[in-house]
Amino acid sequence: METKAFQKIYTKITQITKATCSLNAEGVGYEELASVNGRLAQVVKIQGQNVTLQVFGGTEGIPSNAEVTFYGRPPTLKVSEELAGRFFNSFGMPIDGGPEVEGEEREIGGPSVNPVRRKQPSELIATGIAGIDLNNTLVTGQKIPFFADPDQPFNQVMAMVALRAKCNKIILGGMGLTNDDYLYFKNVFDNAGALDRIVSFVNTTEDPPVERLLVPDMALTAAEYFAVDNNEDVLVLLTDMTLYADALSIVSNRMDQIPSKDSMPGSLYSDLAKIYEKAVQFPEGGSITIIAVTTLSGGDITHAIPDNTGYITEGQLFLRRDTEIGKVIVDPFRSLSRLKQLVIGKKTREDHPQVMNTAVRLYADAANARTKLENGFDLTDYDERTLNFAKEYSEKLLAIDVNIDTVTMMKTGWELFGKHFTPAEVGIREEFVEKYWPKQE
Amino acid sequence: MKQENNLTRGKVTGVIANLVMVDVDGPVSQNEICYIKLDDVKLMAEIIKVFEKRAYVQVFESTRGLKVGTEVEFSRGMLEVTLGPGILSKNYDGLQHNLNTMDGVFLKRGDYTAALDSEKKWEFKPLAKEGDSVVAGDWLGEVNENEQPHKIMVPFKFEGKYKVKSVIKAGEYNINETIAVLLDSKNKEVPVTMVQKWPVKIPIKSYKNKPRPFKLLETGVRTMDTLNPIVEGGTGFIPGPFGSGKTVLQHAISKQAEADIVVVAACGERANEVVEIFAEFPEIEDPRTGRKLMERTTIIANTSNMPVASREASVYTAMTLSEYYRAMGLKVLMLADSTSRWAQALREMSNRMEELPGPDAFPMDLPAIISNFYSRAGFVNLNNGESGSITFIGTVSPAGGNLKEPVTESTKKAARCFYALSQQRADSKRYPAIDPIDSYSKYIEYPELQEYLKENVAEDWVENVLKIKNILIRGKEASEQINILGDDGVPVGYHIDFWKSEVIDFVILQQDAFDPIDRSCPINRQKYMLEKVLDVYDTGFEFESFDEVNPYFKRIINEFKQMNYSKFESDEFKRHEKELYKIIDEKKTA
Repeated sequence: METKAFQKIYTKITQITKATCSLNAEGVGYEELASVNGRLAQVVKIQGQNVTLQVFGGTEGIPSNAEVTFYGRPPTLKVSEELAGRFFNSFGMPIDGGPEVEGEEREIGGPSVNPVRRKQPSELIATGIAGIDLNNTLVTGQKIPFFADPDQPFNQVMAMVALRAKCNKIILGGMGLTNDDYLYFKNVFDNAGALDRIVSFVNTTEDPPVERLLVPDMALTAAEYFAVDNNEDVLVLLTDMTLYADALSIVSNRMDQIPSKDSMPGSLYSDLAKIYEKAVQFPEGGSITIIAVTTLSGGDITHAIPDNTGYITEGQLFLRRDTEIGKVIVDPFRSLSRLKQLVIGKKTREDHPQVMNTAVRLYADAANARTKLENGFDLTDYDERTLNFAKEYSEKLLAIDVNIDTVTMMKTGWELFGKHFTPAEVGIREEFVEKYWPKQE
Repeated sequence: MKQENNLTRGKVTGVIANLVMVDVDGPVSQNEICYIKLDDVKLMAEIIKVFEKRAYVQVFESTRGLKVGTEVEFSRGMLEVTLGPGILSKNYDGLQHNLNTMDGVFLKRGDYTAALDSEKKWEFKPLAKEGDSVVAGDWLGEVNENEQPHKIMVPFKFEGKYKVKSVIKAGEYNINETIAVLLDSKNKEVPVTMVQKWPVKIPIKSYKNKPRPFKLLETGVRTMDTLNPIVEGGTGFIPGPFGSGKTVLQHAISKQAEADIVVVAACGERANEVVEIFAEFPEIEDPRTGRKLMERTTIIANTSNMPVASREASVYTAMTLSEYYRAMGLKVLMLADSTSRWAQALREMSNRMEELPGPDAFPMDLPAIISNFYSRAGFVNLNNGESGSITFIGTVSPAGGNLKEPVTESTKKAARCFYALSQQRADSKRYPAIDPIDSYSKYIEYPELQEYLKENVAEDWVENVLKIKNILIRGKEASEQINILGDDGVPVGYHIDFWKSEVIDFVILQQDAFDPIDRSCPINRQKYMLEKVLDVYDTGFEFESFDEVNPYFKRIINEFKQMNYSKFESDEFKRHEKELYKIIDEKKTA
C-alpha cells in the first residue's frame, strides 16, 4: 500500500502506549487506516483534534516524531478469483512469494445480513467423522467452535473436516498460529491437492498480536465474495479465537477501558457475535459456514471467552482422549450441534435421531457403571454389557480417525445394539427395530 | 405541540465506536433523537448525556468513516414508535423499521423504512359518537387487523378532556386519513387519524388502574402452569446457561400461550433462531383460532450482529407496541430473548462514557433500569370498563451459568416468576430443564389467584400443587441419602420415595417440545394427570428388596408417558391408563 501524493504527513505524536499512539490531526474518519513510520494502524478514537491509533505492528521503537499518514479509508481487501490458492498476512498482503491480487477493493468488516433475507440452513455437511456426522451433525450456514485444551489435536481435526467437507472454498483465518501449525496446514492442503480452493490469512506467533484483529474480517470478506458473488459454499476456519479475544483485551486495556469479567472488554459479546454471525445461508444458494477453535484453560468453559462464544455459536464440539481405546474422540456428552435437528432423519436415514440418542444414552449408562466400578460396587450383567458396548462404540464411531458415510454409521450402531443388548433394552421405536435390528445368522 | 423551526444543530467533535460527541448551538434534551449527516446518509442517534455545550450521543449504526466537524441535526423528539393498524405479522428492527421492505441482502446504514403501510385501506367501524366526552386511550373506532379488533384510540399524547365533534362513517380508509375530529377544552378542532406516535422510553398510562393480576395465563407447559403458574399481566424470567433450552422454551411459550397478541423481542441473539420463527410462524396454526401464528405475532429482531444501541432500544420498542395493544383490551404476551444482551448494551455505553462501573462493569443503575422495565407489564382496567394485560417473560443468559451475577440478581428483584434452567437437568436431557425446586412463582401465594384456580381448575388444586413440590423435595433428599449410603444402605422406603418423585418428574415436569401431542397440555389435562400421579403417590407399595423398585416404577412411568403421548381421553389413552392401574395393583399394599 503506497502513499498517495499530496498527502499530509504528521510528525508529532503526543502519546505512545504499547498498542496505541495518539496525535493531533484533522479530517480523519473513524476506523480509517493510517501508517505510523510504515506500520499500519487504525483510528480507534477521535476526540476533537486528538486521534488515537491502534498500531497493528506494535509500538516498539516508534519515536515521538514518527511520520503518520492517513489513507482516507478503512482496511480493505482486493477480491477476485485470484484469491484462491493464496496465502496472505493479516493485511491481505501475499506471504507466499506470489504477486499481489488484482480485483475489486472491498472494505472489511462490512454490514450484516438482514435477518429476514437469511434462509434457514438445511444442507448437511458430511465429514466422515461419526462423532460429528452421527451425533453432532453440521449444517451449511452454521457456526460452531471446537472447545479444546491447547494440547488436543484440534487443528488436525479441523483440517480433516475441511478437506472432507464438500464445499467450494475453504478459507483459513489463522490467529497466533505457531509457525509449525501454519506449515502443517500448508502441507496438508498441498498434499490433498486442494490448494486451489483454499485461501489463507495467517498471523503467526512471530507476528505482532494486535495484527490478529484483522484476520477474521479479512477471511470473512473473502468468504462473502465467494458466497455472494459466486454463490459458492464457503467454509471458514478460524483458529484460535481465544488469541483473537486476548488481542481485543490488550487494545481495550491500553485505551484505559474498564474491563469486565476475566479482564475482557465489556463489548466482547458483540465483538465475537459480529464475526460469528457472518455465518449464513444466502437465499441465492451460497453459504458461509464457520468452524472455529476456542482454546480453554484447563477445560474451564465458564471463562468469559468460551462462555460468550457458547451463547453466540450454534453448539460446540469437545475433543477428549478416551483412555480405554487410547484415541481422541468427539465427546458425545458435552458436544452439541444446535442445527442438527434441521437435517437428521430428514436429509439422512429416518432412524438417525433414534440411533444417535440411544447410543448416547447407553454410553451414559456405561459411564455410570464405570463410576460404580471405581467406587468398589459390584457390577450387574447389564453394567458389564454397557461397558463392552462403550468400548466398541468409542472405537468404531466416536474416534476421530473414523471415516465412513452416515448410512454405515447407523448400520454400525445397530450392529452394536444387536451384539450387546436386547431390543427391549434399547427402547427404540418398534418399526425401526423390525426394519434395522441385525438378523441372527 | 412545539414549533418546527429553529432546530438545534451541532458538529461532531469526537468518536469512540458508537459513542459520538457533538457540540451543539442550542437547547437539547436527554434522550432526544438526532441525525448525523455522513456523506449522503443520515445516521440516527440518541442523546444519552449532556455536559455544558456537548451532547454525548449513541449512534444506532456503525460510525465508520465519521469525521470531526460532521453536521448533526436535532429532532426535538425522543425515540418514538409509530402506532396504528398493520403492526401485526411485521418483522421490525429494534427501531421499528420494517425489515421486509429494506433493499438487498445486507443491511445498509441509514436505510430507515416505514413501520406501517400508508397505502393499505382498512375497514373502519366507528365506536364513539358525536358529543362523547373522551380522554387519551378511549376508543373512537375499530378496524379488522388479522381478524383481531384493532381499536383506533384518542392519541395517548392528548392531555385532558376532549369532546367528539365527528367520527367518520364506516368504510375503507388508509391510516393517514382523518377518522375523527375532536374539540379540546378551548373548543379548538383536533383531527385524529388511525396512526399516532409515542416515545418508547415512557410508559403508556392511559388506563384507569392496575390491580394485582389474578388470572392464570395458560402456556401449555406443565412445569410452568401446574407448579409455578404465571398470570395474565404477570412477569417472569428464565435464566439458564447456554444449551439449557432457553430459546426452545420461549418458542414453545410463544406458540402455545393463550394470548391474543404475541410480541417477540429477539434482542442480541442468534440470527438463525429468528429465522426459525420467520420460517415456522407463518406455517403453524394457532389451535384456538385456526389461523396462522404469525397473524397474532410481531417480531422485533435485533440480532447480536446488529448495532448495539438499537439492541438497547429494541426491548423498549417491543414493550411500547405491547402497551398499545393492551390499551385495546387485549391479552398481550411479550417475550424478550435475552435481557442480558440488553444489559450488555447498557454496559458497553456506560463503559465508553467512562462512568464509574458497578459489579462486573455493569452500570450502577442497572437494577433500577431493569425493575422499571418489568413494571411496565401488568393487568390494567381501562377507562371504559374493559381490561387488558401484558405478560412479560424475559430470558437471562448468566455469564458462566452463574446465577449470582448482576443481571440475574437485578431481575430476580423485579420479576415475580423465576424459572431457573438447570444445567444438570439439561445434561440428563430432562426437558424443559426448569428446576422444580429452585424455581418459584410468587403468584401462587396470591389469594386472588388461589381463588381463581379453585373456581376454574379444582377445589384442591393449590394444595395438590404444594404437595407435589413437597414430594419433589423429599425425593431429592432420598436420592442424596441413597448416593451417600449406597443402594442397600438405606431402607427400601427411601427408594420408593425417590421413585415416586421420579414419577412426577417424568410425567409432569418433563415434556417433549417436539411431539405434536405432548408439546402443549391444556390445564384440564394437567389437572387429570396431576390427580393420577397423586394417586400413585398415595398408594402404599410393598417390595421384597430395593432392586425391585426401579424396574417397577419404570413400568409405571412408561404407561404414564404413553398417556402423555396419546390424544387426551382417546382409546389409546384409556388403554394405557388401564394398564397403569393393573401395574399399580401388582404391588399395592392391602
